[in-house]
Amino acid sequence: MTPLLSVQGVTKHYGARLGCGDVNFDLWPGEVMGIVGESGSGKSTLLSCLSGQLAPDAGKVVFDTRAEGPRDVLTMSEPERRMLARTDWAFVHQNARDGLRMGVSAGGNVGERLMAVGARNYADIRAQAIDWLGRVEISEDRVDDRPRAFSGGMQQRLQIARNLVTGPRLVFMDEPTGGLDVSVQARLLDLLRGLVREMGLSAVIVTHDLAVVRLLADRLMVMKGGQVVETGLTDQVLDDPQHGYTQLLVSSVLQV
Amino acid sequence: MTDQAYNFAYLDEQTKRMIRRALLKALAVPGYQVPFASREMPMPYGWGTGGVQVTAACLTPEDRLKVIDQGADDTTNAVSIRKFFERTAEVETTEHTAEATVIQTRHRIPEQPLEEGQILVYQVPIPEPLRFLEPRETETRKMHALEEYGLMHVKLYEDIAHNGAISTAYAYPVKVEGRYVMDPSPIPKFDNPKLESAAIQLFGAGREQRIYALPPHTKVVSLDFEDHPFEASKADHDCDLCGCGSSYLDEVITDDAGGRMFVCSDTDFCATRQAEGHRGALSPQEEYA
Repeated sequence: MTPLLSVQGVTKHYGARLGCGDVNFDLWPGEVMGIVGESGSGKSTLLSCLSGQLAPDAGKVVFDTRAEGPRDVLTMSEPERRMLARTDWAFVHQNARDGLRMGVSAGGNVGERLMAVGARNYADIRAQAIDWLGRVEISEDRVDDRPRAFSGGMQQRLQIARNLVTGPRLVFMDEPTGGLDVSVQARLLDLLRGLVREMGLSAVIVTHDLAVVRLLADRLMVMKGGQVVETGLTDQVLDDPQHGYTQLLVSSVLQV
Repeated sequence: MTDQAYNFAYLDEQTKRMIRRALLKALAVPGYQVPFASREMPMPYGWGTGGVQVTAACLTPEDRLKVIDQGADDTTNAVSIRKFFERTAEVETTEHTAEATVIQTRHRIPEQPLEEGQILVYQVPIPEPLRFLEPRETETRKMHALEEYGLMHVKLYEDIAHNGAISTAYAYPVKVEGRYVMDPSPIPKFDNPKLESAAIQLFGAGREQRIYALPPHTKVVSLDFEDHPFEASKADHDCDLCGCGSSYLDEVITDDAGGRMFVCSDTDFCATRQAEGHRGALSPQEEYA
């Protein structure tokens, strides 16, 4: 079996400062990888490098494409990479406003990716949009409302529907629950866990919330100052942290 | 003003040369927006500075010019541009579509089919069809380059979702030769089928500094959905002056008691038909003696 995503020695400098240094990991089909660390630890930089939004200084990001097998994303031409980004990949932003078109109805937001890959039948597009809104627990009568009229949690769920409608194989998530209150967070996590398992998605989740990775991630990578300090199975890392920083991180979580 | 300061058709020869180069490039790549160094013209932006520059670059002393605004030859915009070229180029002008070699237009295509050898110049306010969907110019250029036009259908989807039908009635987006999506300037969608024409069609946007073009007989397809096909719509009425049932109509309010009449927006077309003896419902009664 080939890994879906193979990251080899990805390094990014911002001038003299290190963004992220020499990151290596393999992501297997159906696996969810969590990346945790404090603010400024390089986790968002790493995610941008992996998803082709930022060009790293060194390293390879090899994705197992449907048509041609494993290919280095960084050496692909831009049309190929953008095609990948709207078919096999999905990117869930921390702020739903970054990932949605706020002036376009919910149905249009979900349908955009379908139309971008050539869907030209209004009734089909609408039916799929409604189906996906249902899957993320948004009722059918909101299909023509603009995202502005939605609550923060609904916007985030809409963003997820919009991203998953073309059946991607790899989802990048940047703090998917950031800025939501705890009960809405819990429902969103529940939903995400269901979708990931049901569709057999692979995902890379960047977060500083250990509860999120505990629930969603199979494996965990802890970053500090641009370096990976510890990797392992989620439960193993969280229950028996080896590195000093991980121990600090785990013990910093407030207990209710 | 000295004699040296005068040049045929207002613009200096170097400027015309620059515009002609842009026009040639635009004709070579139909539907592609070619940037050009738009000049300050003696009229405000929005009055057709782009169209005037293109016309100035195309005119020769032998040309016969027609200028229309919303189909009419006698409205302010049309009259002032016609006078401008009468004065600066001393070319002949006409109101008859068939006699004109260069036609500058705003918001309409003449009803009478154009022929080979004629040039139709459009005044374009906003050349970028994706502008109101994607505000970043860098991004829209990339979308044109990579043929990513899904967003254009999102607009049509929104129309149907909110109004039950594609409600975009003017500046209806078209795909040119299966490649570039183009804004045909704010012509009514009734005129879209006429974009496939024997004449050369040039589009000039002065403020936005873009020129694009359709060579004769270029394939132009209006975007639509399989289950909501494109429809060239017009007011469901006949012209009240010439009785024509197939021309694009203006609705004119005639009093404050709900009175209205529909007349051809193309004044030359309507006048020609009336001269041929066609009459509409509100034509003046003829005297029988």
